[in-house]
Amino acid sequence: MPVTETASDKLWKRRDRKTQLTVWGVQFVCLMIFVYCWSLVSEKTIWEFVYDAPRQAGDMASRMVPPAWDYMDKLWLAIWDTINIATLGTLMAVVMAFPIAFLAARNTTPSVVFVRPIALFIIVSSRSINSLLWALMLVTIIGPGVMAGVLAIGFRSIGFCAKLLYEAIEEIDTTQVEAVTATGASGPQILHYGIVPQILPAFAGISVFRWDINIRESTVLGLVGAGGIGLQLNASINNVAWTQVSLILLVILGTVIVSEWVSAKVRHAII
Amino acid sequence: MLRLVDLVKQYKTGDTALKGVNLEVPDGQVMALIGPSGAGKSTLIRCVNRLVEPTSGKISLNDMELTSLSQGQLRRARRRMGMIFQEYALVERLTVMENVLSGRLGYVPFWRSYFRKFPQSDIDEAFRLLARVGLDHMVDKRADELSGGQRQRVGICRALIQQPELLLVDEPTASLDPKTSRQIMRLIKELCEERKLSAIINIHDVLLAQMFAERIVGLQLGEIVYDGPPDGLTPDVLTQIYGEEDWEATIEKVDEDEEEDLDAAPKRAAGSE
Amino acid sequence: MNTANMKSRTWKKPPFIESPMLRWGLVVGGAFYLALAFGTMDVNWGRVADGIPRGQRFVSAFFPPDFVSRAGDIFDGILESLWITIISTVAGIAISIPVGLGAARNLSPRPVYLASRAILAISRTFPEIIIALFAVKLFGFGPFAGFIALSVGTVGFYGKLLAEDIEDMDPSQAEAVRATGAGWFQWLNYAVQPQVMPRMIGLGMYRLDINFRESAVVGIVGGGGIGATLLTSFDRYEFDSAAAILLVIIGIVMAVEYSSSYIRKWVQ
Repeated sequence: MPVTETASDKLWKRRDRKTQLTVWGVQFVCLMIFVYCWSLVSEKTIWEFVYDAPRQAGDMASRMVPPAWDYMDKLWLAIWDTINIATLGTLMAVVMAFPIAFLAARNTTPSVVFVRPIALFIIVSSRSINSLLWALMLVTIIGPGVMAGVLAIGFRSIGFCAKLLYEAIEEIDTTQVEAVTATGASGPQILHYGIVPQILPAFAGISVFRWDINIRESTVLGLVGAGGIGLQLNASINNVAWTQVSLILLVILGTVIVSEWVSAKVRHAII
Repeated sequence: MLRLVDLVKQYKTGDTALKGVNLEVPDGQVMALIGPSGAGKSTLIRCVNRLVEPTSGKISLNDMELTSLSQGQLRRARRRMGMIFQEYALVERLTVMENVLSGRLGYVPFWRSYFRKFPQSDIDEAFRLLARVGLDHMVDKRADELSGGQRQRVGICRALIQQPELLLVDEPTASLDPKTSRQIMRLIKELCEERKLSAIINIHDVLLAQMFAERIVGLQLGEIVYDGPPDGLTPDVLTQIYGEEDWEATIEKVDEDEEEDLDAAPKRAAGSE
Repeated sequence: MNTANMKSRTWKKPPFIESPMLRWGLVVGGAFYLALAFGTMDVNWGRVADGIPRGQRFVSAFFPPDFVSRAGDIFDGILESLWITIISTVAGIAISIPVGLGAARNLSPRPVYLASRAILAISRTFPEIIIALFAVKLFGFGPFAGFIALSVGTVGFYGKLLAEDIEDMDPSQAEAVRATGAGWFQWLNYAVQPQVMPRMIGLGMYRLDINFRESAVVGIVGGGGIGATLLTSFDRYEFDSAAAILLVIIGIVMAVEYSSSYIRKWVQ
């Protein structure tokens, strides 16, 4: 009880004794976990490097300017590849996510017991594996190149798009569907007239949103050999060509900002 | 003729919405179904086209047993029953024309509906119906750009283009203003007369029911408690259906209404409500 | 019914884009782009063909995956990933609170606002992996680099959302508390914190979830954690171990996601 009465006064405290102790206890445990994790990480850290880092960073920064502008000639193709990876990957994901979302949504799935869990499993496993991990696997299987990047982005995005889409499907207005059903329409007709028009805006929004994220992600796929500007970044870092590195970073910055602007514009136009 | 025999509907939650309803609606009759919220009105008409599966009992339309149909047969049977909804239930992101043509979905194969290649006869009929309800200039407007009354007209066209034998009408005026409500009810009544359609109209508004229906059925807690002509609705009967309330005002007004030209009714009634 | 003047009027679905020039322009442009994109993709089909047996080996390694022979490494890697996740989430959120406060337009003077927004924009633009790459150069291989990278990512994510949340808060409540004569920190504690807290706890959980996923990949560039173990097993062609690691990652991601969504529901 937060209010206790003593002989003379009514005392008010925010929490009673038991709650207060619990709160302190939980806070203490969280602190301990943090300290423990920290000690484990610090054990594996060479602190001399860390103390030296600011000087190193300054050194690195000074060697980065001015950016090697003439290296730009070799970057155009990499930018083109990066954009293609993101776009084609998104396209592939969207095409595959569309049917999967219908199989996963509770109100459109042909079978809640058999089909829905399979669809959900596809969604979850696609989402759990980072695009870089997908790229790592695909480079091993089909070799380095843009193709692996496209597939990696695609596989990673299927789950993302399908999840958002099936949530949209589950939230549709059921009376519109009922009305189409009452005309004697068949299953595919109900889908096409009653459900698809309702989720189309969400679908377009999700696609553009994911495309924006994918531009960002496709800039790093090159680190494992899956094409795009990450390849150049990796090579320049390995050659300690810092002026090239700074140029690449600027290019990535520019690409990301432009893609964000485009996606905001497109989403604004759709909705 | 639509015939319901011992119709029972029990929901999974255990609520019994209909407790053995027996009802016959002869061809060409416009029947209003009144009763308080939760009386089972909506459930009853949804059982007829099996948007809600009845628990037991029989429903037959012109000697076709509806309760035992397979999925495919049910689709063909649904074509014969047009349905008009509360809140219109138009597919909001489709155009007026697409919404009307969606009433033909039961008749055309999937590829035709997919490419919007409906037979010319359907399109002619759609234009004719839209002209009849005064909307033929709005063919390519999207449904969510229309006003409530216009949407309900589109809803009516969608039901009628099915060439139904029976109209199932669920609270057609629940979200309309009093004047538009009357216009819509009159339109439904006239169209039923023109096409010799029978109709079951769920309606909250007793006044409207008395004005436009030739027969009133009162439903209370899943059972029929009144079945007769509109002028048989005495205060006692209404109390039986809805519970205790002062019903005199409602009834008197209707008696006057029936004497007069229908066109005069909306203005006066709207003013006195 | 005036059916006399209603002869066969045809009807076509009105096109989505009205101007035919623009419509066909988009179609042709799209087709042209696709052709060009596929044309420059430069797939080395020989290499793909070579990869097929390897791919088969990889896929067949999933049945059964080998959890045993590298069990020690996998266990260490996972634990390290978890440590990185926890401390980077905590540290990132701790840093992002002042930055987020600074980046809220209704709270901060203009210079502070602009500086904070700049910090957020930069830390958000670069993917965690690129930051990790540089962190490894600066701090050496190991979990510390991963920790730095994820913390920076967390600041960008959390700080921005915190700032937006504060900007969206109900100004009348804030005004009422200010009217009592409360000091700035008292005002934060009584007017701002209660309004943004529930959502921010939820977002913190969500970020914990994201950080675990990311911690699985920072290892690929040397930032410690399970990613390093995974890369090693790929390099050694130990696909059965790699499959095991991937399954473990999926399992933990699902567990973290499930529990974080549970906690979020419980908090709100």
